[in-house]
Amino acid sequence: MIKRDVMIYTRYERFWHWSQAVLIFTLFFTGLGIHGTHSLLKFGQAVTIHTTAAYALMALWVFTTFWNFTTGQWRQYLFKKGIIKVIRFYAWGILVGEPHPYKKSLQRKQNALQSLAYMTFMVIIGPALWVTGIAYLFYNEWAGAPWSGDALWGVAVLHTLAAFAMGTFVIIHIYMTTTGKTPLHYVRTMITGYDKVELSEVEEAYLAETKSVEMR
Amino acid sequence: MRRFFPLVGRWLLPLALAIWLPGLAQASSTADHSKFESLKGPFTSAPEVTKACLACHTEASHQVMKSIHWTWDFTNPDTGKRLGKPRTMNSFCGSPLSNEPRCTSCHAGYGWTDARQQPEPVQENVDCLVCHDRSGGYKKVATDAGHPLYEPRMMGGKSVMPPDLAKAAQSVADPGRDNCGACHFNGGGGDGVKHGDLDTSLVKPSRKLDVHMAADGANMTCATCHTFNDHIPSGSRYDTTAKDPHGLDLPKDDHNRATCESCHGDTPHQQAKLNDHTDRVACQTCHIPEFARGGVATKTLWDWSTAGRKDADGKAVFIKDDHGHLSYSAEKGDFQYGENVRPAYYWYNGVTEQVNIGDKIDDSTILRLNTLHGDAKDPKARIWPFKEMRGKQPYDPELKTLVVNHVFGQDDSAFWGNYDYAKSIKFGMDYAGLPWSGKVGFIETRMTWPITHMVAPKEDALKCGQCHTRGEDGRLAQLPGFYMPGRDSIRWLDILGYLALGGALAGVLLHGLARIVMNRKTRHD
Ligand code: HEM
Repeated sequence: MIKRDVMIYTRYERFWHWSQAVLIFTLFFTGLGIHGTHSLLKFGQAVTIHTTAAYALMALWVFTTFWNFTTGQWRQYLFKKGIIKVIRFYAWGILVGEPHPYKKSLQRKQNALQSLAYMTFMVIIGPALWVTGIAYLFYNEWAGAPWSGDALWGVAVLHTLAAFAMGTFVIIHIYMTTTGKTPLHYVRTMITGYDKVELSEVEEAYLAETKSVEMR
Repeated sequence: MRRFFPLVGRWLLPLALAIWLPGLAQASSTADHSKFESLKGPFTSAPEVTKACLACHTEASHQVMKSIHWTWDFTNPDTGKRLGKPRTMNSFCGSPLSNEPRCTSCHAGYGWTDARQQPEPVQENVDCLVCHDRSGGYKKVATDAGHPLYEPRMMGGKSVMPPDLAKAAQSVADPGRDNCGACHFNGGGGDGVKHGDLDTSLVKPSRKLDVHMAADGANMTCATCHTFNDHIPSGSRYDTTAKDPHGLDLPKDDHNRATCESCHGDTPHQQAKLNDHTDRVACQTCHIPEFARGGVATKTLWDWSTAGRKDADGKAVFIKDDHGHLSYSAEKGDFQYGENVRPAYYWYNGVTEQVNIGDKIDDSTILRLNTLHGDAKDPKARIWPFKEMRGKQPYDPELKTLVVNHVFGQDDSAFWGNYDYAKSIKFGMDYAGLPWSGKVGFIETRMTWPITHMVAPKEDALKCGQCHTRGEDGRLAQLPGFYMPGRDSIRWLDILGYLALGGALAGVLLHGLARIVMNRKTRHD
């Protein structure tokens, strides 16, 4: 086994991650403005920015879903065993210096807890936001229906609920990025794309030969 | 289409309007009335002028006699109720009954001295000049049942000359703003008193006051929008078009241009989100942010209950405020006024229920003289701006009806002069042929006046955040029945949400602190 600097996040993946981060920050901030939590923006401005960012985010998600399936990367998000161990590690082990129960590999970029969290993000929080967001955005197309008044209330409740979930996710997510070797280790990885990964000799030779994944 | 051809909307339409509208306002005529022998006069009375008009305009008087300007009689198609000035009550002067020569000075005719009956169908009694005089000299005198002066008369210590009827007759043309305004700007007994969005500042308004009628703008007249079809006006407070699904009037004309949609359609904005509002929010709501903006105050309170006060010398008391407005009048009671008034907002589908004289009223609460119909669930209703008039007026606490108050006349019962409600109401009710218990009470009333004139330039329109706000001073803070982003939120959801966010934040901070305190590096790498 050899440790090598391997490109584990490709250029598209990093682009997707950071643009999604910016858009979600923007959406959360302007969304709370629309909601009335703060009044740092004029309502009209908040709506315009929120709508534009929402379109951008949805376009990004369409591309990313396509990318996930064509590259087979979607498998990274599948359920993994050992989640209890990971939770135990973050709750206690990390404080007393236990080793992380999971080893990063090219085929397993995420630990079990990460996979579950990202899966929740992708199949529950995200869709809840865009489904209700689109319904909200196109309210006028269904405003004529006799039930539209109550339904708008429902849409707003669900959208706001999902937004709070998203905000909570983001806070914890950002904190988790500080739990690497150094507080900024994971962030740096997501910027440069490279991380130290254990490779078998065969793997290393294969990657060196084929250049299918970049190594330093 | 706007999205793909923004230029069409931005330049071509205003350009076309700029060329077309002044044309509408001052259509040139093929007849020069100053050249007609029959109009050279001299005329000794106004009906003589009408006779001369009718010699050519054979159908005009018949048409006018069918219009509400003549009949003061209108049956509301929605409620089936018979309305009109002689029977429908407001929170201002009361009833024209028994006060005719004063109140019928705004009748489009001459000599209607008994409003208990329809005006007599005498052709010459139709007043052509009040609408069509463009000499500016013709004027109905306030107290002569619709006639102008025919001889000089002392009024308010000054000798007033009669108008030159021949000059007026030769000047006739399409009505200007001042013609309609002679009555409609002065409803309720004075300039701007009644509506709040109609007063003499609209004779020559600036663009800031009224984009449509601005003399240096489109220079539209009242009739540009209030289309007349055979002398029948369109646009009504009794039967309002609260939403005009017909939209643009061309190429398919509904002969009623008295809605904004008639010219602007129902998707007039560049921004789609703004157009999304037009189905539930009247144009006026955003585009008339305040009324009475022209420097003329409108009456906002009229309390009849205090009328009749005299000073130590037995002289009737009249008090003026700092702006020179009567704040107290022995003849009428207490007044309050407002300028640049922020409207009240209600759902409105155009159906209004009016209180008529003689109707049983509920005196256990404030009496609404006109109840607006429509709510958030009603697809025909939109949010409209209103002037809310507060009143307190005499009523019969036993029979529970409003009463006719005889205010005007040279007799010993008229309130103006005798200051005795018992006498004046007895006279009024007897005259109207209505039962009265002999008791006088005062009931607090409210009346809502739809605001639709004084459309401001678009840069002065309401901003999104003036309604979409949590603030208690939000324009729609009081309007129930619907969810509005920015104003509404759900308490449990907010508590839950902020607890989750706060909890997560506190959790990670504590966890981070614990990591620092324990000060051990994980062996994870
Ligand atoms: C994914 C696509 C999204 C769409 C299409 C969308 C659309 C919308 C729309 C149309 C509104 C109402 C604005 C208005 O009043 O006109 C809204 C409000 C809001 N949005 Fe989004 N949004 C999206 C994503 C997000 C995200 C990611 C967040 C937060 C992380 C968020 C948070 C909010 C909040 C808090 C509100 C205020 C809700 C209220 O008070 O009623 N949205 N969104």
